[in-house]
Amino acid sequence: MAKVIVVTSGKGGVGKTTTSASVATGLAKRGYKTVVIDFDVGLRNLDLIMGCERRVVYDFVNVIHGEATLKQALIRDKRLANLDILPASQTRDKDALFKDGVEKVLNELRKTHDFIVCDSPAGIETGAVMALYFADEAIVVTNPEVSSVRDSDRILGILSAKSKRALDGDDPIKEHLLITRYDPNRVQTGEMLSIDDIMELLGIPLAGVIPESQSVLTASNSGIPVIHDEVSVSGLAYQDLVERLLGEEVPIRFITPVKKGLFKRLFGT
Amino acid sequence: MNSVQSNSSVTNKLSPEEERAPAAVLKGSVFTLPILKLSRCDLREIEIDLTQSLSAALDFFNHAPLVIDLALTQELDEAMDFIGLQALLHKHQLVPVGVQNGTPDQIAAARKAGFAVLTGQTIDKIIENTAQKSHAKESPKSTRQQRENERSQAVDDDHAGSTQVIHQPIRSGQRVYARGGDLILLAAVNAGAEVIADGNIHIYAPLRGRALAGVTGDMDARIFCQCMDAELVAIAGTYRFFEDDIPDEINHKSVQIYLTGDQLNIRPLE
Ligand SMILES: Nc1ncnc2c1ncn2[C@@H]1O[C@H](COP(=O)(O)OP(=O)(O)OP(=O)(O)O)[C@@H](O)[C@H]1O
Ligand SMILES: [Mg+2]
Repeated sequence: MAKVIVVTSGKGGVGKTTTSASVATGLAKRGYKTVVIDFDVGLRNLDLIMGCERRVVYDFVNVIHGEATLKQALIRDKRLANLDILPASQTRDKDALFKDGVEKVLNELRKTHDFIVCDSPAGIETGAVMALYFADEAIVVTNPEVSSVRDSDRILGILSAKSKRALDGDDPIKEHLLITRYDPNRVQTGEMLSIDDIMELLGIPLAGVIPESQSVLTASNSGIPVIHDEVSVSGLAYQDLVERLLGEEVPIRFITPVKKGLFKRLFGT
Repeated sequence: MNSVQSNSSVTNKLSPEEERAPAAVLKGSVFTLPILKLSRCDLREIEIDLTQSLSAALDFFNHAPLVIDLALTQELDEAMDFIGLQALLHKHQLVPVGVQNGTPDQIAAARKAGFAVLTGQTIDKIIENTAQKSHAKESPKSTRQQRENERSQAVDDDHAGSTQVIHQPIRSGQRVYARGGDLILLAAVNAGAEVIADGNIHIYAPLRGRALAGVTGDMDARIFCQCMDAELVAIAGTYRFFEDDIPDEINHKSVQIYLTGDQLNIRPLE
């Protein structure tokens, strides 16, 4: 049975698209036929991070409006044959998405793919609701700061009240907490919330902690999802996340502070 | 008494608008509306008492649709000035939508003033009828009247006047309202969330958001919570805000909150 996973957060810029790209890539690497859909209509970031922006001809909105077939719009990933990307439109606005249209596309993809990863836009309006409405599971991306946690709480409220599963009275959406841009040193100094604080406030199971790392930016700039980077702590942390999503038990790593050497302490990183 | 919620007790305050839909669709639904019970016709007297109950309810009734119950005015000699009443309610940010339990004369006058006429019953009657209903179940020969009551109450008697128990956390942006009764919460009320009851509120988890008990004026209502971390607490409209300044003796403690006169007390539960 195909699974629809939404990557959502409420707050903007916390790492949803980075996560969508790496999770979809990770699932495909493990052999699952996967598609990642950009719901951020009007901005279109996913194709850049996946490194396929030059090959975008048709997009999600075209398919929904019957202007292109799904087959025409899906882009095959350069590295993995069982990974597809459905890009967002740059020229339309968020109202270009509507439920029946989205449902039709998702139902079609459910027949051909094992996992459908939905990269949600920020906010709690139409676009975000559209991305989470049909989800079976949700990755709630949270940065270790109060405003991000608050927005994640809001999104969790919407997941439990406004999603299709909630409205139909089906089993609730399976929720996963993902803490990103985690900096153990800044948690130790009290500048950032700790994992325990966040878990206590949100009350959902932790699926992963992605450390803050320069390699994420390098990866997005070169259009290669960071999970491909096997020497970066973020890449490894995303691999762990994918394993946990597949039900494996993997301990959380990279969460203890590293002592900076005297040189670094004096001159910064 | 909460406005537009039919069967779900948890709603999101910020509801994102839906997909493109036809410009007009007629649908049946069941709403629970607050009721304003009038016992006199003098608009000045009405205004004085209304102002009082509204301040007790904070801004909870802001722009709330409202049904006017005329049962207690049926015997009066004076006639109700419905147009004046409507203006008065609008002035207080209330939106009267209809009247119920009026005499034929009152109904005609209300219609003229643009009110809908509803055939509802008040909470008191609902509670009475619920009692009757359980009685009726015992005796196989229930009267026709009783059976009719049963039918008309089927939608409502689950919640009205009874205790509501909530198992899931109430999250930022959500609001729960226990109309006519107590509210029991078994999971956290998070920052930015609001729990409201006509009666008492019991929270067997942290209270990080707002809790308002006795919102329709019950000064004996109390709030109990297992971990005091609230943004605001209120009993019958007497409230206190907190901004990172919860006193040490109650901070993160199990507390009860109650009124003595107009003094709001927050005491640790020993
Ligand atoms: N673990 C990380 N370490 C360092 N930088 C990160 C990390 N995760 C994300 N970033 C950076 O944060 C920025 C925002 O990331 P991303 O675009 O994935 O967020 P988003 O939630 O999708 O944003 P939006 O709400 O605008 O869609 C990017 O510049 C990205 O490189
Ligand atoms: Mg994004």
